[in-house]
Amino acid sequence: MVEVSETKQKIKFYQTGTLTAGNRLLDEGHRSVQATIDRSNSLDSGHRACQGCGEALGARYAIDAAMRATNNQLIAANATGCLEVFTTPYPETAWSIPWIHSLFGNAAAVAGGIAAAMKAKGREDVRVIAQGGDGGTTDIGFGCMSGMFDRNDDVLYICYNNQAYMNTGVQRSSATPGAARTATTMPVGEEPGNEFGTGKNMPLIAMAHQIPYVATASVHDLHDLEHKVTKAMSFHGSRYIEIYVPCPLGWGSKPGQTITIARLAVETGMFPLFEAENGNLVGVTKIRHQQPVEEYLKLQRRFAHVFKKGNESQLEALQVIADNNIERFDLMSRGKR
Amino acid sequence: MLEQIEGSHAVAKAIALSRPEVISAYPITPQTHIVEDLGTMVKAGEIENCQFMLVESEFGALSACIGSSAAGARSYTATSSQGMLFMMEAVYNASGMGLPIVMTVGNRAIGAPINIWNDWSDSMSARDSGWLQLFAENNQESVDVHIQAFRLAEELSMPVMVCMDGFILTHAYAQVDIPDQAQVDEFLPPFQPRQVLDPAAPLSMGAMVGPEAFTEVRYLAHHKQVEALEIIPKQATEFEAIFGRDSGGLIKSFEADGAETVVVTMGSVIGTMKEVLAGMREDGISIGALTIRSFRPFPREALREALKDAKRVIVFEKSVAVGMGGIVAMNLRTALQDFPILVHSVIGGLGGRPITRDNLRRMFEKGIRDQLDEPHFHDIHMDVVNREIEREKAECRSGAVAENILNDVGVVAAAKAI
Repeated sequence: MVEVSETKQKIKFYQTGTLTAGNRLLDEGHRSVQATIDRSNSLDSGHRACQGCGEALGARYAIDAAMRATNNQLIAANATGCLEVFTTPYPETAWSIPWIHSLFGNAAAVAGGIAAAMKAKGREDVRVIAQGGDGGTTDIGFGCMSGMFDRNDDVLYICYNNQAYMNTGVQRSSATPGAARTATTMPVGEEPGNEFGTGKNMPLIAMAHQIPYVATASVHDLHDLEHKVTKAMSFHGSRYIEIYVPCPLGWGSKPGQTITIARLAVETGMFPLFEAENGNLVGVTKIRHQQPVEEYLKLQRRFAHVFKKGNESQLEALQVIADNNIERFDLMSRGKR
Repeated sequence: MLEQIEGSHAVAKAIALSRPEVISAYPITPQTHIVEDLGTMVKAGEIENCQFMLVESEFGALSACIGSSAAGARSYTATSSQGMLFMMEAVYNASGMGLPIVMTVGNRAIGAPINIWNDWSDSMSARDSGWLQLFAENNQESVDVHIQAFRLAEELSMPVMVCMDGFILTHAYAQVDIPDQAQVDEFLPPFQPRQVLDPAAPLSMGAMVGPEAFTEVRYLAHHKQVEALEIIPKQATEFEAIFGRDSGGLIKSFEADGAETVVVTMGSVIGTMKEVLAGMREDGISIGALTIRSFRPFPREALREALKDAKRVIVFEKSVAVGMGGIVAMNLRTALQDFPILVHSVIGGLGGRPITRDNLRRMFEKGIRDQLDEPHFHDIHMDVVNREIEREKAECRSGAVAENILNDVGVVAAAKAI
């Protein structure tokens, strides 16, 4: 792996605890989009997401940042899933932007069609976002998304990755990690939970399409998330951002620990944060102190069985995955390992 | 302008004249020549302000049109057969959302066994989807009905399929009068969407609808089809005033008035039938025909009026509801249920089986004597069927049906006979 520089951000917060508190210490120009009074509230309050929903948080930050970056000239296409269901039990809608839901597997194609319409009408100032969960992205929506990348349609695709089909009741997707309990990978038998050696890494697959911009982000670092969305909107062509969004309901975690779990996913190496341009890795978020995976796993009941006697190999396998990510993406701050 | 032209090329010209803004394309025989031509025209700058999208599948093709139509662009795609089934979820979605997309269906059989030739299984599989389905008789009508389809779709805010027999029309060279741009512009106004994704006036489309409103939404889809029964003939009249041709409409009579026996069919097969029926009339048989131009909406009243004096009807169709019978026949029987008219269901031309004047005449002769089975499979080789049935009775592991039958009728059988 070539040495890659650290993701460029204007602001870094090293204090523990909430990051948003740091906003108040900054001059206004450096505060998050969400901290400003003129944020667009694209995904408004009153929707029906669960307490502690990572997806609702991620979507609000991402879309508001995209709205600011595009001078509010934004249209979104949404895959079927939690985000779609909890925002639009008609006649109520939580969206204050033009928004369309068509099917589970076609958000990328619908978005590509919208972008084509805007081009045909000479309205290329209007930008397009497609969004969906991991199932709608890595499984059923995979073909349409790959087609969109292939055509390099002027669309930012955002995947809110909570690592299973939460809307249908927590079934395994191809983004579910090894050992995780879901309704279709129960912690029974010789290899409890989801099988190791399965699944897809969508950000790397997106990079293989050599699209202009690919990034991963996490809801624990909202400055970074906004930065990446804003940067994505500075490119034309297909872009992909995968946001790590803990799901208290599906993961068996406390709603108040969504941010903590998201941070631990990154600090253990389980979910590396990186950026790529035209298929090349251009930046990573370094880890100052690697946390053991137990710290991350123990907060989630979906991994409870890995702590049981006899399942030590599962715990080890998860640590190996984290260590491999750190090696592969060169995640450790220099001299800290 | 009169041109000697392939059906697909003619349709591509009709689409170009209709000023589409987004065209999505995925290749499947036999519609492929249409999108090939359109791709060339867009690339050469011959269609103004139009985007041509090469998609990864038919599901993507119609999904892209859903996005572009919702964003207010006149949108077009074409498909056939398996492709139509692959996009089926989007087919229902487009009509459910009321998006006025126009799609050509180059009618073709559905596998297995895989078969690329003509029948109507593909569009019939979407007959209850809410899309309007217009069937063309010949290539002139294929051109004309596409132009009408955009106006019809946009007036109703519902998607329209133009069904044309694969190969028989798509690949046939015939003389076609290609309209000029001024005529088309006079007939087809610019697209004014009822609903549009616009940052200046945000709205949410495609929201979840529960039991409290779903019935009403579905009723409105039905209501739009009822409305279309009024609009389609009106548009055909206006079309004739501008283009000087009678094209489209709900049904068309071929000396059906006063005939004792009326053959009812759709699409291109009427071309062959017209000759057969003329011969039968010369022999003193009271027989005529009519074609259904609009299968969805189903022109119930028009058919009742046209058939009220008939003694019997022979429905000839290239589609079958397996386990039941003819699909068009079922629809027609429902329309005529209180009339004392015998309706015979004839299923023929499946997977491209040739429909000849001779075999039609033999079938019609049986029909006028009410000697047809219910349903009647036209030109079927029962010896071949019975051999396979015997095989299956004789042993459990009798093999693959299609391959067995090919062994009986194809080159293998011919070689065995030598």
